[in-house]
Amino acid sequence: MLSQETVIKTHNLTKTFGDFIAVNAITFEVKAGEIFGFLGANGAGKTTAMRILCGLLSPTSGEASVAGYDVYKENESIKKHIGYMSQKFSLFENLTVKENIEFFGGIYGLSRKEIKEKGNDLIHRLGMEKEAEKLVGSLPLGWKQKISFSTAILHQPKIVFLDEPTGGVDPITRRQFWDMIYEATDSGITVFVTTHYMDEAEYCNRVSIMVDGTISALDTPNNLKHQFETDSMEGVFLKLARQAKRGE
Amino acid sequence: MKLFFAFIRKEFWHVLRDTRSLIILLGLPVMMMLLFGFALSNEVKNSNIGILDLSHDESTIQLANRFDQSRYFSVIKKLTRESEIGEAFRKNELRMVAIFPPNFQDNLSHNKQTQIRFIGDATDPNTSNIMINYASAIIRDYQNEILGEQKLLYRIELESSMLYNPKLSSAFNFVPGVMTLILMLLGAMMTSVSIVKEKEKGTMEILLVSPMRPIMVVITKAIPYLLLCFVDVLLILLLAYTVLDMPMRGNIALLLAESILFIFTTLSLGLLISNLVNTQQVAMFISLVGLLMPALIFSGFMFPLENMPLPMQIISNLIPTKWFYSIVSTIMVKGLGIEYIWKQTLILVGMTIFYLTIALKKFKIRLE
Ligand SMILES: Nc1ncnc2c1ncn2[C@@H]1O[C@H](COP(=O)(O)OP(=O)(O)O)[C@@H](O)[C@H]1O
Ligand SMILES: [Mg+2]
Repeated sequence: MLSQETVIKTHNLTKTFGDFIAVNAITFEVKAGEIFGFLGANGAGKTTAMRILCGLLSPTSGEASVAGYDVYKENESIKKHIGYMSQKFSLFENLTVKENIEFFGGIYGLSRKEIKEKGNDLIHRLGMEKEAEKLVGSLPLGWKQKISFSTAILHQPKIVFLDEPTGGVDPITRRQFWDMIYEATDSGITVFVTTHYMDEAEYCNRVSIMVDGTISALDTPNNLKHQFETDSMEGVFLKLARQAKRGE
Repeated sequence: MKLFFAFIRKEFWHVLRDTRSLIILLGLPVMMMLLFGFALSNEVKNSNIGILDLSHDESTIQLANRFDQSRYFSVIKKLTRESEIGEAFRKNELRMVAIFPPNFQDNLSHNKQTQIRFIGDATDPNTSNIMINYASAIIRDYQNEILGEQKLLYRIELESSMLYNPKLSSAFNFVPGVMTLILMLLGAMMTSVSIVKEKEKGTMEILLVSPMRPIMVVITKAIPYLLLCFVDVLLILLLAYTVLDMPMRGNIALLLAESILFIFTTLSLGLLISNLVNTQQVAMFISLVGLLMPALIFSGFMFPLENMPLPMQIISNLIPTKWFYSIVSTIMVKGLGIEYIWKQTLILVGMTIFYLTIALKKFKIRLE
């Protein structure tokens, strides 16, 4: 599944807010078809880094390209090739499930026919036929997150960025969510996902662990466990977290 | 284009589903119009008026009785000389005086023409004006009745003037006022709040990562409010002409065109605010305190601008509501055309371009 094509590449990417360094010279690459886990405690700088990669924030210094486009100059082109599920909620609560799908299909330039087909397919796969006409605001969080993910990849982007997609939901729903992520990679989408659940790190091809704005470890889960001489990602994380200065 | 409509449709759903904003958008103008209208018509119930009857014949006695019987007036004083009017007004005894000239009946039946003069106490011009409107209606009814009997063309000329406030203005001055305030409030506040809400909820990020151009994101958000504000203008006019019996004057097409211009002004202000702030509360606060208050104070609607100290008068020129209020009252109340308001119109156009340019320049393509 993994190819050698690099879809995300950063070099010393840095973002400061005033004199606070939120993201400190991070360097990494993500290959096409990977599930790349972007781990770190709250406040480590994950969201900030992801926003830069999505073209939502300008970096302060360093380099980065996404899908071959430069984040400084070509952020409008980047937007055509990515999907994004933000940490805050990504759907319109005042619209029904169907209207949300239509809206996101619309803004990503799908035709009416495609929206209809893909929308029906999506609703069917999620088993939400009964809820399709309900306002999103009335649905449980786990459902919202599944819909949100589905709409973020409705247009088959090259890369999808997921910012803590499973925050606050139960383990069963999280498991189902990861099944959806696997399905997405099977269809050729590269997944860049942040989480602070360490068990989820095991599902990723490679993970980077961010501490206080810098990447302090980056490898496959197995290699990391070797390197830090523990048998779980939890252990790896705890060893790294002792270095952290920023509070929760 | 498809994108464009997807956005607009979504925004409409938002507005239409949000009962609170719908109530504000449609309820507020109706409420303001009815409140002002009701307050005014209540003002003139059984108002004390005087009659200065210089002919004292059958017709004038009949007319004086009609005034007295109407629910709007009680005739409490017969005057004998015009010089008594000022004093009666000063002592707050009377609020209006009707003057019948000598030989009223004779002139009416032989010359088919006569006059009545109304003099209102213009210390409270709105009320005086509405009283004169009601008094005129009574005369018109009378005239229609005698016309009906005799099939002859009589004419009673009505003439009215105001003591103490000669330049004034109609009872319906509040209609342009309500229109100005509503558009300022809704246009600027609703747009800025709805944009800032997306920032606050985090959905703005989702809109901004879409391939839609960021400026279009914001413009599409403003369009539904443009339409809704226009609906409000229509609603206010409809109420003014039907429920409140405002006389229909001026060119409606011109009025609507000027309203659209002013809606653009307020939407630009809304966009500007939404670029500067990050929370709905702040957006609302700025709209209310930064826009609505100056709009109230400096439009000339609540407080006459001529009486303000010079610095305040100078400031008032910077407030767009002043110009729009002047445009609307010129059209609606005075019934005048574009040749009297082109200056104000140009000023508004200039202001709109100015706000819109800063708003779009300041608009951040990326998040902070
Ligand atoms: N716009 C901003 N202005 C100032 N500080 C910010 C801003 N955005 C994020 N930060 C700070 O940067 C740090 C990293 O935040 P974030 O990227 O959201 O972390 P994470 O997603 O890993 O929890 C935090 O300390 C946060 O307070
Ligand atoms: Mg985060």
